[in-house]
Amino acid sequence: MMAFFRLLARNRLALAGLVVIGIVVVLALITPLLPLADPDVTDTPNRFQPMFSAGALLGTDHLGRDLLSRLMWGTRLSLAMGFAAAVIAAVLGSAIGIIAGFYGGRTDNVIMRGVDMLMAFPYILLALAIVAALGPGLMNALIAVAAVNVPFFARNIRGITVGIAHKEFVDAARLAGMRNREIILAEVLPNVLPVIVIAMSTTVGWMILETAGLSFLGLGSQPPQADLGSMLGEARSALITNPHTSIVPGAMILVIVMGINLLGDGVRDALDPRLKSGALSRPMPATTVDRDGPAPAARTDSLLDIADLRTEFRVRNRVYKAVGGVDLHVEKGECLGIIGESGSGKSVTALSVMGLVASPPGVITGGAVHFDGQDLVGARYEVLRSLRGRRVAYIFQDPQATLHPLYKAGDQLIEAIRTHEDVSREAAHRRAISLLKSVRIPNAESRMESYPYEMSGGMRQRVGIAMALANDPDVIIADEPTTALDVTVQAQILSVLSDLRRERGLAIIFITHDFGVVGQLCDRVAVMYAGRIVEEGPTAAVLRSPQHPYTSRLIDCVPTLGGGQRRLAAIPGLPPVVDRLPHGCAFADRCDKAQAECRAGSIALAPTEPARKVRCLFPEVAKERSA
Amino acid sequence: MTGYILKRLVSAIPVLLGISVIVFLIMAMIPGDPATAILGSYATPENVEKLNRDLGLDQGLVARYFIWLGNMLQGDFGRSFALNRPVLDEVLDRFGATLILAGTSFVLCSLLGIAAGVISAARQYGVADKAITFVVLLGISIPSFFLGMMMILVFAVQLRWFPVSGMWPIYGDRNLGVLLEHLAMPAFALSVVATGVIARLARSAMLEVLRQDFIRTARAKGVRERQVIWRHALRAAMVSIIPILGIQAGFVLSGAVYIEMVFQWPGVGRMLVDAILKRDILLVQGGVVFIAACYVIFNIMVDVAQALLDPRIKT
Repeated sequence: MMAFFRLLARNRLALAGLVVIGIVVVLALITPLLPLADPDVTDTPNRFQPMFSAGALLGTDHLGRDLLSRLMWGTRLSLAMGFAAAVIAAVLGSAIGIIAGFYGGRTDNVIMRGVDMLMAFPYILLALAIVAALGPGLMNALIAVAAVNVPFFARNIRGITVGIAHKEFVDAARLAGMRNREIILAEVLPNVLPVIVIAMSTTVGWMILETAGLSFLGLGSQPPQADLGSMLGEARSALITNPHTSIVPGAMILVIVMGINLLGDGVRDALDPRLKSGALSRPMPATTVDRDGPAPAARTDSLLDIADLRTEFRVRNRVYKAVGGVDLHVEKGECLGIIGESGSGKSVTALSVMGLVASPPGVITGGAVHFDGQDLVGARYEVLRSLRGRRVAYIFQDPQATLHPLYKAGDQLIEAIRTHEDVSREAAHRRAISLLKSVRIPNAESRMESYPYEMSGGMRQRVGIAMALANDPDVIIADEPTTALDVTVQAQILSVLSDLRRERGLAIIFITHDFGVVGQLCDRVAVMYAGRIVEEGPTAAVLRSPQHPYTSRLIDCVPTLGGGQRRLAAIPGLPPVVDRLPHGCAFADRCDKAQAECRAGSIALAPTEPARKVRCLFPEVAKERSA
Repeated sequence: MTGYILKRLVSAIPVLLGISVIVFLIMAMIPGDPATAILGSYATPENVEKLNRDLGLDQGLVARYFIWLGNMLQGDFGRSFALNRPVLDEVLDRFGATLILAGTSFVLCSLLGIAAGVISAARQYGVADKAITFVVLLGISIPSFFLGMMMILVFAVQLRWFPVSGMWPIYGDRNLGVLLEHLAMPAFALSVVATGVIARLARSAMLEVLRQDFIRTARAKGVRERQVIWRHALRAAMVSIIPILGIQAGFVLSGAVYIEMVFQWPGVGRMLVDAILKRDILLVQGGVVFIAACYVIFNIMVDVAQALLDPRIKT
């Protein structure tokens, strides 16, 4: 609760709203004590006195009544009406909602049908009908406004109650012999009460507006008594000659409702956990770059050269170093595997290449990515965009989520082609069909017209691959493209990729957590742990004799066909949290060979054999593995 | 799709019946003798008795409902005693004006609201976002009738850009230009609150969508950012924006009451308020049922639009 208030206080606008509402409410409460003129005493000779005239600070209205006094009393009445309507609507609506939600079944059905009917009316219309039946008047307007808001509460509270009615503590109360009424009062009500209060706080502004509206139409408070709405309604006929009589009550309604809305927004934001985590911010077109030093030069003259790449996530005041200085390169036509557990930074490394790391919260803080001689980190967005998909394409993990759900597969392919090439729609359509054929999709022509939801996972991933191939790229970065698929489909996808690579001379960066997949596809492999590369070398050599203890453990995780005797070795412990990386070797805590030196200082990625590197003080000795 | 539309039309029947029951029950709450209430206290006893017979007021509640419903289905909504003409004729005469006003407002608030929400989301926490958020807050806090009055003061009285009120000039031609001139202020004033609500929802729907994986895919393809926002993201966000448009249409349609009063617009809303003040019960009853029914039909159109947009909805 205290945390909630602190959060609210941090939101300056909400605080401003609270202060405004507080002042208005206090003034309304003490109005009878203030030395104000009688709001209902008419003094026609002194009608329409301007503002700041003697004896009438805000002037007088069409009957010579003191506007300030009428404003204060009117505010009092409007606040009371709005608040009363909110309370009545909340009590009735919540009662209906709780009964419907708690008893369920037919009771629920009948009640909610009725609520739906009420909600089928355009809102104010229903209030008008009720006032028409009961006759104009303050109380009747109040009843009408409360009544039209009952369904809102009923529906919301029913939803919450349904969730609670099936919780264990309700069952326990029932088993303990409590009657339904007791359960509702003792168990359900306390749990829905906060929701009711919040719903009230967000609707009371509406209620004030609506009661004022009815009064404005002459259907609410009747003369001489006036709320803000009827003051405005009465002043309307003198709008052009004496605008101040209209502006005074109107501005007051605006101030009140705005204050309540500010406060309500603040309450809602304070209660929404997604806002706290920053999860509601949208990623920008390209990852933010904030390099603290000069861009390092390329270390090789490969097609793609990643040098000392650092990417971190800045969430509130914590910094997660997802990628902490990675060097990688891939040659033309080569397949490089990047392997590691989830959270090791492999995907972030891959996404950093084309500035696709979600930002905020991601920031590239150092390093360079040289592609074809050009540094992509810090390249202008337009440069990045023209390379994306054209020279460097991506295949993502879950094709269910990565294809646009509302566009046909064919249209998404055609878009990929036409984004980079000025070809006619017909030509692009033909190319798209041949792309689908090249990833071995049967009935390519008819598949063009399919939506992603009409396809199987394997089919969708083929579309994803076809889309990556659309512009004949030089490099494809495949971020766990087979992880979400079942094993047979996985094998088909891998063979498609492997053939394409041979046919087109594609370079592939293949990210996975599965050494089995790496063994089938990749020439070289880099093993990542806690944001850094711990071992790198030719796939066959690494598989045969892993040098880093972590690599060796990862390889042990792969089950082998017919190797039923060997125990599947999960790696004990969890990878370190990357906002509190230990000194020295990040794997030390999970390594059974760790020595004191391992934790002393940073360890370099040192060459061991030709083309092999390892970041370990005590590399495993080469031993022929039985696998 | 035709099948889907038919299905939705059929499913509207119970809703329409429910609406008629609710209106009937509300009107049955009228205290005292309904015939006297309808005809006014100066009615002759013969007239009271005749009306009682016509409306079946001497019979039970259920019988009365079915008589009323039967009459309505035959296009007989009763007779307005104050105007001395059939209710349906009066409602139909007035409805056109309301439709022009509310329809224009609805188009305005949809376009402005969605555009503001999308820009706000695309520039989250930027200057444009903050400015839009503030204007939106102001918009949803200002009573439309007060805004309308202030607009009259500024744009009609001070600047003389637009006529003060009415739909047509008292003398002179009735052409589209003249209509638009009269329509501009009321349509805008009526759309402001709904624009704000739509903008808020569009913003949060867009923020939700922009974090999705398929947006990253579009960017990875090299799609231009403008296309990413206005095609990929907005298309997906529309799925959650369209139902809100339906709800806001109801607000605009019924909120027209206030604006019609402020701008002396000759629509159904002003007719209803006059009828309530004159206790012209049958006119109110007929008008309310008619507007509510139109709104139900409109909501079916919204559902159809949704189904056209989202192929995943089973048609």
